[in-house]
Amino acid sequence: MNMDLMTNLMPASPEIFLLVMTCVILIADSLIKQSGRLITYMLVQLTLMVCALITVGTHQNGVAHVFHNMFVDDLMSDVLKLLTYLSVSMMLVYSRQYLTVRDLFSGEFMVLTLFATLGMMVMISANHFITLYLGLELLSLSLYAAVALQRDSAIATEAAMKYFILGALASGLLLYGMSMLYGATGSLQLDAVSRSIHSGTANNTLLVFGLVFVVSGLAFKLGVVPFHMWLPDVYHGAPTAMTMLIGSAPKLAAFAFVSRLLVTGLQPLVQHWSGMLIILAIASMALGNITAIAQTNLKRMLAYSTIAHMGFLLLGFISGDQEGYGSAMFYAVVYVLMTLGSFGMIMMLSRVGFEADNLSDFKGLNQRSPWLAFLMLLLMFSMAGVPPTVGFYAKFSVLNAVVQSGHVWLAVVAVLFSLIGAFYYLRIVKLMYFDAPESHEPIIFGQDTTLLMSLNGVGLLLLGLLPGTLMSVCAVSVQQSLLLH
Amino acid sequence: MFLGLPVISVAIWLPILFGILVLATGDDKNAPLARALALVGSVLGFLVTIPLYTGFMRDTSAMQFVEMHNWITRFNIHYHVGVDGISVLFILLTSFFTPIVVLAGWRVIEKRVAQYMAAFLIMSGIMIGVFAALDAILFYVFWEAMLIPMFLIIGVWGGANRVYAAVKFFLYTLLGSLLMLVAFIYLYNHSGGSFEILEFQQVAIPINAQILIFIAFFFAFAVKVPMFPVHTWLPDAHVEAPTGGSVILAAIMLKMGAYGFLRLSIPIVPDASHRLAGVMIALSLIAVVYIGLVALTQTDMKKLVAYSSISHMGFVTLGLFIFNDYGMEGALLQMISHGFVSGALFLCIGVLYDRMHSRNIADYGGVANTMPVFAAFFMLFAMANVGLPGTSGFVGEFMVVLGTVRTNFWYAFAAASTLIFGAAYTLWMYKRVIFGAVANEHVAKLADITLREKSIFAILVIAVLGMGLYPLPFSEILHVSVNDLLVHAARSKLP
Repeated sequence: MNMDLMTNLMPASPEIFLLVMTCVILIADSLIKQSGRLITYMLVQLTLMVCALITVGTHQNGVAHVFHNMFVDDLMSDVLKLLTYLSVSMMLVYSRQYLTVRDLFSGEFMVLTLFATLGMMVMISANHFITLYLGLELLSLSLYAAVALQRDSAIATEAAMKYFILGALASGLLLYGMSMLYGATGSLQLDAVSRSIHSGTANNTLLVFGLVFVVSGLAFKLGVVPFHMWLPDVYHGAPTAMTMLIGSAPKLAAFAFVSRLLVTGLQPLVQHWSGMLIILAIASMALGNITAIAQTNLKRMLAYSTIAHMGFLLLGFISGDQEGYGSAMFYAVVYVLMTLGSFGMIMMLSRVGFEADNLSDFKGLNQRSPWLAFLMLLLMFSMAGVPPTVGFYAKFSVLNAVVQSGHVWLAVVAVLFSLIGAFYYLRIVKLMYFDAPESHEPIIFGQDTTLLMSLNGVGLLLLGLLPGTLMSVCAVSVQQSLLLH
Repeated sequence: MFLGLPVISVAIWLPILFGILVLATGDDKNAPLARALALVGSVLGFLVTIPLYTGFMRDTSAMQFVEMHNWITRFNIHYHVGVDGISVLFILLTSFFTPIVVLAGWRVIEKRVAQYMAAFLIMSGIMIGVFAALDAILFYVFWEAMLIPMFLIIGVWGGANRVYAAVKFFLYTLLGSLLMLVAFIYLYNHSGGSFEILEFQQVAIPINAQILIFIAFFFAFAVKVPMFPVHTWLPDAHVEAPTGGSVILAAIMLKMGAYGFLRLSIPIVPDASHRLAGVMIALSLIAVVYIGLVALTQTDMKKLVAYSSISHMGFVTLGLFIFNDYGMEGALLQMISHGFVSGALFLCIGVLYDRMHSRNIADYGGVANTMPVFAAFFMLFAMANVGLPGTSGFVGEFMVVLGTVRTNFWYAFAAASTLIFGAAYTLWMYKRVIFGAVANEHVAKLADITLREKSIFAILVIAVLGMGLYPLPFSEILHVSVNDLLVHAARSKLP
């Protein structure tokens, strides 16, 4: 019996381990003085590493369900979890120095980060409306608190407030939609919902009504137009480390969330939701790219660029086949790598009492530090989707899925908005290379950050030269995990 | 393959490798090392492309020196390169110009030397990649990647209005290429999952799709050529770019647009090409005549040569879209010749600009008195730009006019007017800059060209005169490929 329980829990072991370790760290940290905070940091990194080992170690072929089918462990979840650990761990390396000089490098931050990670993992592995919701809330609540961590900053508090209120509203919409779907199908479990809709016994009006609410909730969480209002303020207001936390790994979880909900659960309604996604995607690409041009603050600009990128990512879903989902996953992974690098760059250029988040702070970077300027150039061209960086292949694979599904016009619209997008990424390159620097303050940073930033930037180039492996990994994990009925 | 070496890959990656090495020399303390490395890299880069000429089989239009490796298996994308008679000459032209550009920037570029030299070396490799790529995505990657170094070259080392010019250049070209990407993806799905350009050339396509694909390609290539009315980025880019940038732009990059028409538009969508040939011819003639007139009114030397380039490239597109062997071969020869001549003219202007820091024609006058050797070289290149028999400029223009006469006399009549306009604007500029009394004390203080500059010009003189007097080594290479392309283009690809 005990053995049975153990094997039953195996697929969820990374989550269980992470939860235990988070509690341990929470207690241990209260005994550590601020000067020894590095120990907590090392513990967190170690925890993430062990989680990765456990995830790899407990990987098995096929799909495993636990907790009465509420939780699923498949290839996609393993891949996404590994990438989540990686990106959280990178986030911590990038932000250590930034937070230390701002007195924010506290145990609370790290524990909140771990809880957020746990929330993402639950979202990634959810196979049930309740699990999905639990994961989402665990993630969101940790993030709200993280944004508010800088208590004496009015702008951060305002951001946290906005984030919280609109996030709660979105959760409400989502729950409302889920309750309708439950009413129509009589089940909360995603594959059962899908079967029930497929059999045609469910009330169609109720289903579509519920779907609208669910999609709106999703759109809120993703930050796509017209549910994007919170995103620029939160990105701008939060301390950059928190912005990075919000903007990176959660996008992987969001991908999983959308694919579990819409594909595993609501694939039979694909005609309905793909139409909605087309509208959301076009609106996001249009508003995101055009508004980003007018920004003078880099964090705000990246926020609008996120909106545009999320719109592009949604295009991967509209084809309603595995080709498309695979491309969306690839896009999400690439996007997270680019976001980590660009926010990391902002933090590297920031100093005590100075945030390098204005566009003009990048002026003449090539003269101050040619290597950093080159890395930022790679990041920006990757964001713009210019080969030979990997950002191009992300756009390429999504466009391919769009064209394959017969929407050539949509591909044309998407590339036209990318062209507009290229303009503001180009402007950063222009500032770095063509303009004279305004400040000659030396740029000081730890070796770990430099190394990571170099790996991050050059990685985008190398992945661009040889994108095949990552593409195939995404395609295969989607094929094995998102079974179409 | 040649002596067991993958010649094309070496030609692509050797300059890029040297570019990275040059970058690694760091800041301007090591400038002499950066220059030396760049020169070695570019000369080696030229030497490795010579087997492409000597080992080229003239009696076939099949791809030669082919290399094919799996690249992105998920989308069936290959690293597939090879050359035929059309592309091989451009590869040689590219590698030929790289050492010249390196030499031209030898003394003039003083800040960020390593980055400057590296940008040109890397760009050289990428441009060879464009001409050699046989896989559509590989082609696209090279095509776009080229924008990055050029953007930086114009923006970092350019003139006063460089930022505007660089951004305009980038966005104009990106617009065209993105539409081309959509066309490639459509063709991929239409051809049953292949990105091979040669496969695209065989697959049947309905006429509506052909026309849309043609338009998408048109945006990509017409911007690069550049054709009227999307030519406006070129004068800006040329004027603001440093001399080396202008040379590469005029000599190589403009040829890519025309190359794209030859390699992609005409063979992949021949029916649409035939149907829209009228439009293309009209746009070409407008470029030839109208832009020729615009060139007459220019007061800036670089702008004048830039407009002259657009006008000459109008000749090229005209030659391509009259669909006969004289026209097409003439167009190709014209491209090669224009590479030599416009490159040389920009170098001449660069020589003057380095000394006077002005491109205004009005600031000059009587340069022949102080720089007699330079004046002689400049004269020869100006004559070649006019298309004087015996220079390379004559061969291509003459053949295109001859080909056009066979199609329609009035087209030929309009096209031939460029011989007059070309003579007018080029020689008038030459007269105002070189002849007459010494205009001011700046001109009086000019020093004649140095040995380095003389040797650059001497090489180009050999090329210009050699091609003008004996074009056979050029035309024999492309003859079979052009004929087969015309045969292919005459067959309908409608399903």
